[in-house]
Amino acid sequence: MTTVQDAVPGVIGTRVLRREDPELLTGEGRFTDDLKIPAALWLGVVRSPFGRAKILSIDTSAAKAAPGVVAVYTATDLQSEWAGPIPSAWQVTPDMKSPAHYPLASGSANYVGDPVAVVVANSPKEAADAVGMVDVEYEQLPAVVDLEDALSDRVVIHSELGTNVSYVWELNPNPDGIKTAFDNAAYVVKERYIQQRLIPAAMEPRSVAVVPSPMGGDYTVYSATQIPHILKVMLGLTVGISESKIRVIAPAVGGGFGSKLDVYPEELLCLALARKHRLPVRWTEERSENSQATIQGRGQVQWIELAADANGKLTGVRADIIADMGGYQQLITAGVPLLGAFLYHGVYDTPAYAFKCTGVYTNKTPTDAYRGAGRPEATYAIERAMDALAVKVGVDTVEIRRRNFIPTESFPYNSPAGLVFDSGDYAANFTQGLNFAGYDALRKKQAEMRASGSKKHLGIGISFFVEMCGLAPSRVLASLNYSAGGWESATVRILPTCKVQVVTGTAPHGQGHETSWAMIAADKLGISPDDVEVLHSDTAISPFGLDTYGSRSLSVGGTAVYIATERVLDKARKIAAHLLEASEEDLDYAGGNFSVKGSPEKVLPLAAVAFESFTAHNLPDGMEPNLEASTSWDPPNFTFPYGTHIAVVEVDEDTGKVDLVRYVAVDDCGNRINPLIVEGQVHGGLAQGIGQALFEEAVYDETGNLLTATLADYLVPSAAELPSFELDHTVTPSPTNPLGVKGIGEAGAIASPPAVMNAIVDALSHFGKINIDMPASPEKVWKAIQATKA
Amino acid sequence: MKVTLTVNGKQVSRDVEPRTLLVHFIREDLSLTGTNVGCDTSSCGACTILMGGESVKSCTVLAVQADGAEITTIEGMASADGTMNAVQRAFQENHGLQCGYCTPGMVMASYSLIKENSNLDEAAVREGLEGNLCRCTGYHNIVKAVLAAASEMGA
Ligand code: FES
Ligand code: FES
Repeated sequence: MTTVQDAVPGVIGTRVLRREDPELLTGEGRFTDDLKIPAALWLGVVRSPFGRAKILSIDTSAAKAAPGVVAVYTATDLQSEWAGPIPSAWQVTPDMKSPAHYPLASGSANYVGDPVAVVVANSPKEAADAVGMVDVEYEQLPAVVDLEDALSDRVVIHSELGTNVSYVWELNPNPDGIKTAFDNAAYVVKERYIQQRLIPAAMEPRSVAVVPSPMGGDYTVYSATQIPHILKVMLGLTVGISESKIRVIAPAVGGGFGSKLDVYPEELLCLALARKHRLPVRWTEERSENSQATIQGRGQVQWIELAADANGKLTGVRADIIADMGGYQQLITAGVPLLGAFLYHGVYDTPAYAFKCTGVYTNKTPTDAYRGAGRPEATYAIERAMDALAVKVGVDTVEIRRRNFIPTESFPYNSPAGLVFDSGDYAANFTQGLNFAGYDALRKKQAEMRASGSKKHLGIGISFFVEMCGLAPSRVLASLNYSAGGWESATVRILPTCKVQVVTGTAPHGQGHETSWAMIAADKLGISPDDVEVLHSDTAISPFGLDTYGSRSLSVGGTAVYIATERVLDKARKIAAHLLEASEEDLDYAGGNFSVKGSPEKVLPLAAVAFESFTAHNLPDGMEPNLEASTSWDPPNFTFPYGTHIAVVEVDEDTGKVDLVRYVAVDDCGNRINPLIVEGQVHGGLAQGIGQALFEEAVYDETGNLLTATLADYLVPSAAELPSFELDHTVTPSPTNPLGVKGIGEAGAIASPPAVMNAIVDALSHFGKINIDMPASPEKVWKAIQATKA
Repeated sequence: MKVTLTVNGKQVSRDVEPRTLLVHFIREDLSLTGTNVGCDTSSCGACTILMGGESVKSCTVLAVQADGAEITTIEGMASADGTMNAVQRAFQENHGLQCGYCTPGMVMASYSLIKENSNLDEAAVREGLEGNLCRCTGYHNIVKAVLAAASEMGA
């Protein structure tokens, strides 16, 4: 193992079992739909069955007369409920065009699933029955589905915008350099790739319940959300209720992957209707609704060009992409491609770099962040293009990477896109990855199989990724026009009996923050994690927070916990010094005890300090009682995890079927707090990335009809489709934060699609150039093989 | 219609609408919310329970069809003092769950897989759990957990 600096000794770095598990394993875990809420009304949402249609009339009379129905509303009925449109927090350019977007569509519907009316009933069944009785007369209009077609403005979806183009965002810091690079290149590679749309498909569908306080005025919002804090602010602004009157609680949340990082029509409707009816109002999504009405991910056409000198050394990288917004902007729809905009040169050193993204509207479900958000797209483009360059230059895919890695000695590395990569040793991680996978032996086996004339073709695919995560330095977000910051908060309290409370602004939904944050505080305090309780996901308990997404929680939120713990300990040290009649500098602290250097008999346990700070009988002059400290930590930079991923596939020439036989991942996420959880995050990301490479695609027909709306049609991989994964790691601590951590939530999803696709192309390379896009279904693979024979 | 069945060792009787699915009966009428609903096409397995000792997706059965049956839900898996059974423990020890939404169904399916098969190997576990989807774990640790539980349970 390449270890630049090992994790600090103590509980950090050990495989502590998750405290979250017992209740989830025994059925005690409470998800939003599990909550018993007396007298609640249920929403049923009437949705457009058309990709694009004019709404001519809505007849609600039959639905209103149906049993158990309390009310039926259209957009017109609820117009006065909204203080603003559905929030979109990322105006990426000053002239970005966004259509009006309210919880219910009026005038026209712009994707299948667009809400057009809402039923309020006494039970979910009655609501569902009445939804079918709302009679909406539509005039179906031609839809825009394809991205290049959208760009042509053949049909303009939102006529008030005059175009389907929402924005053009460009990064071209060195135009002369780019021109020279391509003018003088010995080799140029120009490739076009498709990032198909994906359905995040968290296993728990969305659910929301809004409970007004009996005395009026206050609302408790339970939501299956990743962003209770952001949601609270946005609900207040959109529904016109003071933020201080809203408490958002995210109970157990069954996965998110970005799809619960949004402010949705149903959340706004439940709140507005709870206010109107003065009763609890709730809603739980059906799976087929989830496919249409919860954001989707990816959706890009990518052009990438590489310029290289005679040695295959990169001199310029240029990317030009079209990004699918879908029918409207959601919370950060427009900004997702920008999260990859700086990374289309990957881990490779290049003097010149340019990126351009055109965001277009289509008649499909809005897109937004999905695991990796922008970075899987960037990684895919550069990693596939590097393989294409290797072929052009006539060197092995390993060699082309080695020639181009950002050199270890150049960290912190000023990237051509303007980032500062914090730390890395790419060459060492790569060597370790190749050795771990047995690369040379695999190549030998491949040669033998080819020589034997086998109809099964072995392919080895490499992907070396870097991501920017730990979102994010607030000033950088400001420079990108994002309308919030990127800090995270923590409060640490040592209670009178020396039990510790950690309050965090992160909002876990499977990542195990309770376990890991307790480990961070316990490690610092030298106590058992069992004595640390972690509170989260309730805005009344943790008023400040920016929630969980973008692999930010540990590097930003975990660091906040670390710093707050340090501050509490500093205060405890002052009190201890006073009680031990020693100076602070003369105190040691270990294993939960203060002691005086050189006088080992003078020992004071933290518990005694905690109790003293509570009774306040004998504190230093001017010292406030109680041991509590808070911090809001704004990171000075992003973190840059990286790693080598290697996929080994067998492709059946006759059927086109791809068997993923091995998958090797050697990640570097800096120091690891809990390796058990780190590995779990990698596994889950891999399954999603492999799903993208081989199985998953949200398929729309030309009218905008979603053909993969159920889990029978949309192929989320099962255990039977995946191998066990082979994991190893290197450790290059991040200098960005005192824990030296980088983030691991998205790594697997970022690195794996190009590894798998490169493996397929490699398996068939002796047939000729293989043109293939994801998902690599047997049919597509078979056709790609046939195309080489034509 | 009246249905009477044994749930986690206790007899229960309720009046239900004939169209009520067993999963809704369990969640709403019996308030046993550990059993989850993840889809509407019987594809995900989040609703898996044991009926007559065998695992079934409770969204594929009407409550009335379960009349007279003996069923076990996730709430009935731990012993009376709260000690988790071998499968539950193995899931924790091997980090076989993250968000926990698929977990009750996964535990029930795994339990019946282990009971019905001796000499389970990795391939058999993967095939056996094909009907249960998990979006978080990539199945790696679920498979490890099931194999660990199987060896502990002497399968
Ligand atoms: S809810 Fe029963 S299989 Fe999905
Ligand atoms: S643990 Fe989240 S779906 Fe399986």
